[in-house]
Formats: sequence, structure tokens, C-alpha cells
Amino acid sequence: MRDPSTDRRTFLKIAGASIGAGALFHVAPLLASTAEGRRIASLLGRQNGEAPKPFSFVQLSDTHVGFSGPPNPTGTAAFEKAIQTINALPQQPDLVLFSGDLTHESEKPGEHADRMRLFRKLVGNVQAPVVRMVPGEHDAGLDGGALYRDAFGESHYSFDHKGVHFVALDNVSGGRPNVGPEQLAWLKKDLSRFPATAPIVVFTHRPLFDLRPDWEWFTGDGDEVLNLLSPYENVTVLYGHIHRHHEHTEGHIAHYAARSLIFAFPDPEAGVPKKPVPFDKDRPFANLGVRVVGESAEARPRVNDVELVLAEHAGTVGVQQFLKKGVSL
Amino acid sequence: MKALAYALILAAALVSSARARDNEETRVVEIVAKRFEFTPSTLSLKKGETVRLRVRSEDVTHGLFLRTLKIDTDIVPGETREVAVTPETAGTFTAICHHFCGSGHGGMKLTVVVE
Repeated sequence: MRDPSTDRRTFLKIAGASIGAGALFHVAPLLASTAEGRRIASLLGRQNGEAPKPFSFVQLSDTHVGFSGPPNPTGTAAFEKAIQTINALPQQPDLVLFSGDLTHESEKPGEHADRMRLFRKLVGNVQAPVVRMVPGEHDAGLDGGALYRDAFGESHYSFDHKGVHFVALDNVSGGRPNVGPEQLAWLKKDLSRFPATAPIVVFTHRPLFDLRPDWEWFTGDGDEVLNLLSPYENVTVLYGHIHRHHEHTEGHIAHYAARSLIFAFPDPEAGVPKKPVPFDKDRPFANLGVRVVGESAEARPRVNDVELVLAEHAGTVGVQQFLKKGVSL
Repeated sequence: MKALAYALILAAALVSSARARDNEETRVVEIVAKRFEFTPSTLSLKKGETVRLRVRSEDVTHGLFLRTLKIDTDIVPGETREVAVTPETAGTFTAICHHFCGSGHGGMKLTVVVE
């Protein structure tokens, strides 16, 4: 007997909300809550190899460890605050993903490596069990990613987590905003083992679509990446680089940018130059990924204490595919 | 057979001559890239006029990118690259360095005015 109040299309949503520290994504929150949800999860599991199970993850971006200047004289304060906020969540996320520009470049001998070490030290305070990252051009644009790979491993890779396939793409190490033919070939092969219904989350640094090319907010061969992803019906792309929240849907692929943890850039449609939003000493975290609006007496932010600024992300609606194909649920 | 060979040689010479004349008549603009600026910083073009941009770098690898005019090239030290452009739309556009070149990279721009 189906629960008539349940909307099937909500089952496979990757739902996101700002939690005051980047963005918190809940994967399939309803899958385990009803008998129908469990039945759909089982069906997806047979199709995709693993049944999706509910979990949450956080995206952080553009920490620019080592940056110092008028747009933000507080260094890593926002980054450290973000980690405190995540650690204080009532339920720890399974994953924390960083979408690039972990560090700010330096050409002084040894200084960039020191900044990567500092990033690693700070990230060591994250209580979530898994932390994954991709480089930004400030990490990898000057040396082809050599230092980044020494510090953090491969700059593109994939992994599976509770029925969701995560793909880390590097669109910075070539110097230009490109993924490149080698990585495109790897991606094609990586995706080939999945059926069209597999939930896929891509995380990368630059937008894969033309958001504002004259601000270098694009990926030259992003359309080739999206062509490879387009046969898959449940794709969500997370990126950084633009230092502000942004939502975009192209075809059936949803793209979301997370705020920076160092300074914000202005609205690209506001007709203003691309200059960092000035620092406000009275609101040092304004416009950043840290937006805690209240704390409990125990200094642990509760759900209601954290400003929610995003509507639900409807990144995946895979159940519809079964309905279209006439599969009986 | 001999007549055909002469005809082919004559045709090739004519084509070559026409190309040389075109090249002589096409305006060439030299652009130098250097951290973190282009010289000149503003380029004036005319709608419908073909111009050859001859770009080179004085230090590290840079890029020159302007989607509207289909400009998309790396600028490697020691090499000179040429890009032919024929603007079809009047307006003011911003070309950027799109090969990351250091801490001032984000501000490395070239204004292109098409009249």
C-alpha cells in the first residue's frame, strides 16, 4: 500500500541548504523514512549497483589559505569558523568536499608548500570522516599542479559513497580553464560502468558552463564534459571560483556554486567591475561561507540557529525515469 | 600536358601574389603581454575590418581570450602568435589573460573598442 501523501519525485533529491559554512547537502532524505522509499531504494540499488542510503555532505570553497590583504585581513578566521560550525552540527556529515583554491599562491621559495601544510593542519580539525578536494588555479595554475599533488594526491578521481558516484574534476592545472582531452577520456571511461539512473555528483573549481567568460568564469571544454554527463539523468555539479552563491540549470544538470571563505565577488549581472566586495570589520563574515546567525547557550549552533539561505536543491529526480520506462514501483 | 603544367604554375603564382597583397594590406597590431598587463591596454578596431594581432610575452606564459571575437590563444615566452580578427559587432569588449600567471592575473585585461 503506497503512502498517497508521498511525492515520488522527492525521493532522490539531493537537497541542499546553506548551513552557515558552505552548503550542506542531504542525499535522499526520504529513502529510509517510508516503506515506499525503501522499495524505491531497493529498485535503484538493483539498477545502479548500490542502493542509495540517506547521508549528508558539506561543500566548502575558496579558503585561500595564505591570502592577506584589504579584502580580508583576518586570514583563516572564516575557514576556522566554518570548521567549528560543521563540527557543531547535531549530526556529522559523511563528507566534506572542497571545491578548489584551498591556498593562495606564493612564489617565495617554500611559502606555497607552507600554506598547503597549514591547510592540511586546519582541515585536520574537521570531525567528518572523509575530506576530499580538487585544486583551484591558485593551488595549481603556476606549476601544473605538482605541489598540489605532492600535498593532496591526484587532482582528478572518483569514488562511490552510499549509492552516489562522486567525480572530482581538475579544470585548472593546465594553466588555462580546461579539463583537457586526457581527463575527458578518463571521465568517459569512469562513467561507462553506470546506468543512466545513477546519482552523480561532480565537484570541480571553475563553472563548467559560460557564466561570465570575460571574468574567466567558464571552462573552455566544459561543454564536452557536459556532453559526457548528459546521458545520465541525475547529475549535480558543485563548483567554487566565483566566491558567491549561484544556481544554474542547463538541460537536466543542476550547477551550484558555494561561497568563498576569504572574500566575495559581486553579482556578475550587476554591471559592476570584478573587484572583491570590501571588508566590513563589523561583519567580518558577511557574504562568506560563514553565516551563523545565532548560537545556543552551549555555543553549539542548532538547526534553527543557522540561517538557511537556499531553497531545496532538486538535483536528482531519478524516480521519474522508472516511471517513464513503465517500471512498476 | 606541358600547357596544363604551365597553367597550374601560373594559377599558383596568382594565388600566392593575391595572398601576399592581402597580408600587406591587413593591419597588424603588436600586443605585448607582461605580468599583469597588456601593452597597449586598449585596442581600437573597425567593424568588418580584418586585423592581425601579433602577440608575444616578455616573461611567463599568458593567454589572450575574447569569446566575442573568437580570440583564444596561449602566449608562450619566446614565441610570437598571430590571431586574425574581423569584428562583426560594434561595442566595447574585454579580452583577458586566461592562462594563470600569478597573483595579479585576475586583473590582466585588454579593452577592445569596435567602431
